Amino acid sequence: MARTDLFQAPDYYLVDDLLTDEQKLIRDSVRAWVKKEVSPIIEEACQTATFPKHLIKGLASVGAFGPYIPTEYGGAGLDQISYGLIMQELERGDSGIRSTASVQSSLVMYPIFTYGSEEQKRKYLPKLAAGEMMGCFGLTEPDHGSNPNGMITNFKDAGDHVILNGAKMWISNAPFADIAVVWAKNEHGVIHGLVVERGMEGFTTPETHGKWSLRASATGELVFDNVKVPKENIFPNVKGLKGPLGCLNSARYGISWGVIGAAMDCYDAALRYSKQRIQFGKPIGAFQLQQKKLAEMITEITKAQLLSWRLGVLKNEHRATPQQISMAKRNNVNMALEITRNARQMLGGMGITGEYPIMRHMMNLESVVTYEGTHDIHLLITGMDVTGFNAFE
Amino acid sequence: MKILVCISKVPDTTTKISFVDNDTKFNEDKVQFIVNPYDEWYALVRALELTEKQGGTITIINVGPADNDQIIRKALAIGANDSVRIDGNSNESFYVASQIAEYAKTQGYDIVMTGKETIDYNGAEVGGMIAELMGVPYVSHASTLDVDGGKATMKRNIEGGYETVEVTGTFVVSCQKGMAEARIPNMRGIMAARTKPLTIVAPVNVAQLTSIKVFTLPPAKAAVKLISPDNVAELVNLLHTEAKVI
Ligand SMILES: Cc1cc2nc3c(=O)[nH]c(=O)nc-3n(C[C@H](O)[C@H](O)[C@H](O)COP(=O)(O)OP(=O)(O)OC[C@H]3O[C@@H](n4cnc5c(N)ncnc54)[C@H](O)[C@@H]3O)c2cc1C
Repeated sequence: MARTDLFQAPDYYLVDDLLTDEQKLIRDSVRAWVKKEVSPIIEEACQTATFPKHLIKGLASVGAFGPYIPTEYGGAGLDQISYGLIMQELERGDSGIRSTASVQSSLVMYPIFTYGSEEQKRKYLPKLAAGEMMGCFGLTEPDHGSNPNGMITNFKDAGDHVILNGAKMWISNAPFADIAVVWAKNEHGVIHGLVVERGMEGFTTPETHGKWSLRASATGELVFDNVKVPKENIFPNVKGLKGPLGCLNSARYGISWGVIGAAMDCYDAALRYSKQRIQFGKPIGAFQLQQKKLAEMITEITKAQLLSWRLGVLKNEHRATPQQISMAKRNNVNMALEITRNARQMLGGMGITGEYPIMRHMMNLESVVTYEGTHDIHLLITGMDVTGFNAFE
Repeated sequence: MKILVCISKVPDTTTKISFVDNDTKFNEDKVQFIVNPYDEWYALVRALELTEKQGGTITIINVGPADNDQIIRKALAIGANDSVRIDGNSNESFYVASQIAEYAKTQGYDIVMTGKETIDYNGAEVGGMIAELMGVPYVSHASTLDVDGGKATMKRNIEGGYETVEVTGTFVVSCQKGMAEARIPNMRGIMAARTKPLTIVAPVNVAQLTSIKVFTLPPAKAAVKLISPDNVAELVNLLHTEAKVI
């Protein structure tokens, strides 16, 4: 059953005052679009584990694909805070929909724009921005997740092309993507990025089934069996792990905003429910234990908003460090997860059904806390940054 | 076809209403403002549908201070071509209508569109006053608008049915539900709005004919009285003496 989306965004510290009129217009437009297009269908899409492909056109039209890519390549040329706000609103609808947009923007368009040749940019970016072409990003492998440097996917020089072999796992958008940005090692063990196109012989994308999380997002493998990739598909302007890490920085920043949306949706649902649900002759919101949950939720949401806003300002000034981005991703995803769990309890049995969005957000965030660097890995990044000691190895 | 769409800025529908200065002024603190829905969803979108099909231009007009530029930009993002803000600061209907009429008179518009009312003061006056001041016909509360050559046809909802009205030449119409479906600005529109013209015009001198003396909120909802199911006599008594419904 399609629920009515009554969402009202909290803004306890008047963070709106920190935004420009255009940023607010973008945010409100995406919010309206999510209410109209995502909310009515998302529950069923998740229950049936189907990616709502029909949303791609709409996502493109609200600017969800490459909003900060310059207009000459089909992007919207927006600043980083606008990008963050778009992610927030999409994830308010569903983390899976936001994931599709994150991957397209930060993991596919960003590397093509930043590391690609002029021909690569012209060939792919306008179509990716318009949603006429969808992309995915292959870094994680079955045996190399948190430690991508150990990857074994590799390519060998064969004249005007290379021969790619290996496999990537847990790849968002893989089952329907037209292109894949793949990170693989050359004969000298140096990581390079290349664009693999659907249809290239030996390239398959089997879907991963049975997820309990991000069910409205399609996940799959990328399998390369002697795939011939033309040399012009290799990014000329980057080598080494900093290639994929640059993409992840952009995506992680967007996630720090995105999860605020999921948290807001749960807080809003729990707050409304707490005023309506009567037990022992009182609305449950009148009991201190429930107020504690709500008060802490709005406090944490407010802190997260300010963290991401400040990070956005630093990003706009090209001053944000990867370590600062790690802190925001880790803190905000964890904050959102805690909120979904508490909000779920506040709704009692009703919180278990799909009538309310809370449990869906809660399960989605289990992926979000794992991908783009796990909760633990981001802690180690902060730990290393402040102590100078590497605790990874 | 040249269309002028009048828009006004109103508090978001979820605003908690309160007043300041001894209840003589609306408290704008923490209030989110939006384009009046009747202006945006019906007047503007129908104007877009007409010009998309038949060609033409749409100008947005608003009477108000620089703060109002945000709602004008939204209307431009939805698709209007250019915009005018008359730099006056009053919500009084005659003042607003006079400013718009004064400007519109010289511009040769075929249609001037307004919403049927604003959702804050609910005056439903400005459209009629503009028509009067411009000396052109006025059709109020239209739920359809079609234009064929120099002739416009509108349907008005009246008690128990419809009335179909025809007008030739320039006219003013106030629009209500049914005329069009709300549109969400897309990114292309938002980007285009950055460079669309917004002309600021000085207001003409107009006397304020009315002023608001005081705002009064409706009485707060009283607590619900619970009567036990076996006390029917008490229920009947209260319905009779207190609620006065039987
Ligand atoms: C739904 C979904 C979508 C995804 N989409 C993509 C995608 O589009 N592209 C892509 O490339 N990848 C994607 N991923 C993969 C994701 O990035 C990885 O799952 C993640 O990096 C973790 O890797 P792993 O699963 O191999 O876990 P592991 O690296 O094996 O980690 C297991 C546990 O060990 C901990 N751990 C690891 N190393 C250390 C250490 N040094 N010290 C302390 N603890 C440690 C981790 O924190 C974690 O708790 C996706 C994953 C999911 C679930």
